[in-house]
Amino acid sequence: MKKLNIAFAGNPNSGKTTLFNALTGARQHVGNYPGVTVEKKHGICKYKDYELNIVDLPGTYSLTAYSVEELVTRDYIIDERPDVVVDVIDSSNVERNLYMAVQLMEMNVPLVLAFNMSDIARQNGIIFDLKQLSLLLGVPIVMTVGNKSKGLDELLESIVSVSSNPPANTSDRIHYGSEIEEELQNIQRTLDGEHDLVEKYGKRFLALKLVEDDKEILAQGHTDKILGAVKTSRQHLRTIFGDLPDIIIAERRYGFISGACQESVKSTTELRHDISDMIDAVLTHRTIGLPIFIVLMYLVFQMTFFFGQYPMGWLESFFGWSARMITEFWPGSADSALLSLIVDGVISGVGGVVVFLPNILLLFFAISILEDSGYMARAAFIMDHIMHKIGLHGKSFIPMLIGFGCSVPAIMATRILENKRNRFTTIMVIPLMSCGARLPIYILLTGAFFANNKGLVMAIIYFTGILLAVVCAKLLRGTIFKGKTTPFVMELPPYRVPTMRGVLIHMWQKGWMYLRKAGTIILGISIILWAAATYPKPDESSLAGLSHEEAQNVQLKHSIIGRVGVGIEKVIKPIGFDWKIGTALVGAFAAKEVFVSQMGIVYSLGADTEASSEALQKRLQVDYTPLQGFCVMLFCLISMPCVATVAMTRHETGSWMWALFQVVFLTVLAYIVTLVVYQSATFMHIGV
Amino acid sequence: MNNEIEMSLSEAIAGQKVSLASIDAGQELNSRLAAMGMVPNVIMTIVSNASSGPLVVNVKGSKIVLGRGMVGRIMVRNVNNG
Repeated sequence: MKKLNIAFAGNPNSGKTTLFNALTGARQHVGNYPGVTVEKKHGICKYKDYELNIVDLPGTYSLTAYSVEELVTRDYIIDERPDVVVDVIDSSNVERNLYMAVQLMEMNVPLVLAFNMSDIARQNGIIFDLKQLSLLLGVPIVMTVGNKSKGLDELLESIVSVSSNPPANTSDRIHYGSEIEEELQNIQRTLDGEHDLVEKYGKRFLALKLVEDDKEILAQGHTDKILGAVKTSRQHLRTIFGDLPDIIIAERRYGFISGACQESVKSTTELRHDISDMIDAVLTHRTIGLPIFIVLMYLVFQMTFFFGQYPMGWLESFFGWSARMITEFWPGSADSALLSLIVDGVISGVGGVVVFLPNILLLFFAISILEDSGYMARAAFIMDHIMHKIGLHGKSFIPMLIGFGCSVPAIMATRILENKRNRFTTIMVIPLMSCGARLPIYILLTGAFFANNKGLVMAIIYFTGILLAVVCAKLLRGTIFKGKTTPFVMELPPYRVPTMRGVLIHMWQKGWMYLRKAGTIILGISIILWAAATYPKPDESSLAGLSHEEAQNVQLKHSIIGRVGVGIEKVIKPIGFDWKIGTALVGAFAAKEVFVSQMGIVYSLGADTEASSEALQKRLQVDYTPLQGFCVMLFCLISMPCVATVAMTRHETGSWMWALFQVVFLTVLAYIVTLVVYQSATFMHIGV
Repeated sequence: MNNEIEMSLSEAIAGQKVSLASIDAGQELNSRLAAMGMVPNVIMTIVSNASSGPLVVNVKGSKIVLGRGMVGRIMVRNVNNG
């Protein structure tokens, strides 16, 4: 069996991933390109005597060095030298899509063009003379329909044939006009000494990129002579054309494409008003667009949590059952440290994370549908005006909204943001969107202190979170993530019916990523937190005669977490907290809802105390004022995110530094806000 | 070429056809927009232009959303008989 390395490149929304999915099926692996958070997908496809290892490169419009995606694509093609590059082209939008193809031709890679979604092009009345176009471009073209698995064999055949007989040099197919060509010649002449770079990029491509002022290529240590020649050429061209040479070059490329298409692509219907325009007239309507969006998002959440509660319940029972089974059939003593590690550390730690898997899968199921149908771009469009005011893009709204469900998938969803500063700002404020795990805390405390105004107080908490997120986003964008607000430029792709296969693959990949986190970082931290809540153990003698619940209390107070809780009492006193609340807060780092069970232990009511437990609420009413109850909610809302969030922030930002920054930033913010609220309300005798 | 007077894209109205004169958004964005088909003299149709919020243009068969901040930096010419 002969192995071939194939790369899929193409514009966003060209159906590239659908075609990739159709060829590789479920045999896919997702990773990251080294050092960046751009997803790297590859899969295997067998055809005749060949095993094709296909890489689905990120969707890009061009191959400049301005975005991570473009750089990743270019570097992959240049460094890995795939046997064949397939440029997937949206057949109903050939001109714009061929821009990428032309640049691939200039790199002189073995190229095949897949004119994808050719059925839609036909419906739109576009007729191709493929023979003619293929001749003009010097590369083979194959018609495909990715979502119906049509044309796959033809594409594979073409890939195999190109791999064994690569087409003639395509790097000088485009003639840029005598002025630019002359300058290219001048620069090429100076390049003779750079054997390595010429070998790597090809002489013409290298010269072209230098004239285009490509920052990455310019930084590869050229001699002063070459840099001088480039500068002179650029200045010369600028004087002739009155515009930047890179723009003129882009214009010429489009000119070449127009010329090629004029002879080979015919549109039989003039200026169609297609279905997408009609849908857009409603969905992006100035007044009803926003309400429709809100209703859709509400439905997504309802669906996620409604259908999610059943499997979540099953998983909870399963983990509870396994803990009981292991305890029951444990061969050693019931006080064994190993048993406690397995049951209280591993099972409850990992179980606490895995139970959210159904919700995450359902949420990403819905998000994939919204994304693949093209609606997500409209949502960003609708929200842009509002989000722009806090220095973010319309697209930031979606992850922030998911944050109300759970911060972890929300942080994963920030990948839709291209701009790093926007993305990091969004990640930092996501925990301020009050997630589902904080709800038990609110239920406990509103029930204890605000029985008559539960809904109102909860609404105040949620709105405080949103308000703080807005303020913090503005603050972060103005300070550490400062930078010109990269203007909003985005394509509104035509509406399409998502394919089930694509949606399921996407959902599975996100779920798997979440599980892998649960299996590694979260498991590790859970074990550490378990140990901190268990050790050091008090003397057996001090537990004598105590009930099980009282013993739990003594043990917790004696443990590291208990000691930390007592230790920080001085610090948290000004915000109205005592050591009991402190201990529960430290424990809540594992997962927010743990606060409730920790409070149960502190009050010797046992760890299984429910949030709605009347006994616990009564005890709280005796010990604390409504103001203190409110301050605890406020602190839980803002302060340090849970372990899973920290792990995901680390994963998505690529550095512990940002994860740590998030923890410290939010905790300090929580302290300040709570301090102000507690002290001023105490001063004014409100809620005391 | 066209000797029509240049105007800001923000003044264009929905349905109007314009030809691109120049973009002043820094090299990076200029180049990105060029890659998306917004090169000098290209004909674009305004899909929607509310007084605030982003504007939508149709360039070479695809709809592109441009943020308000962007719109003011794009100069266009009116095209009468498109």
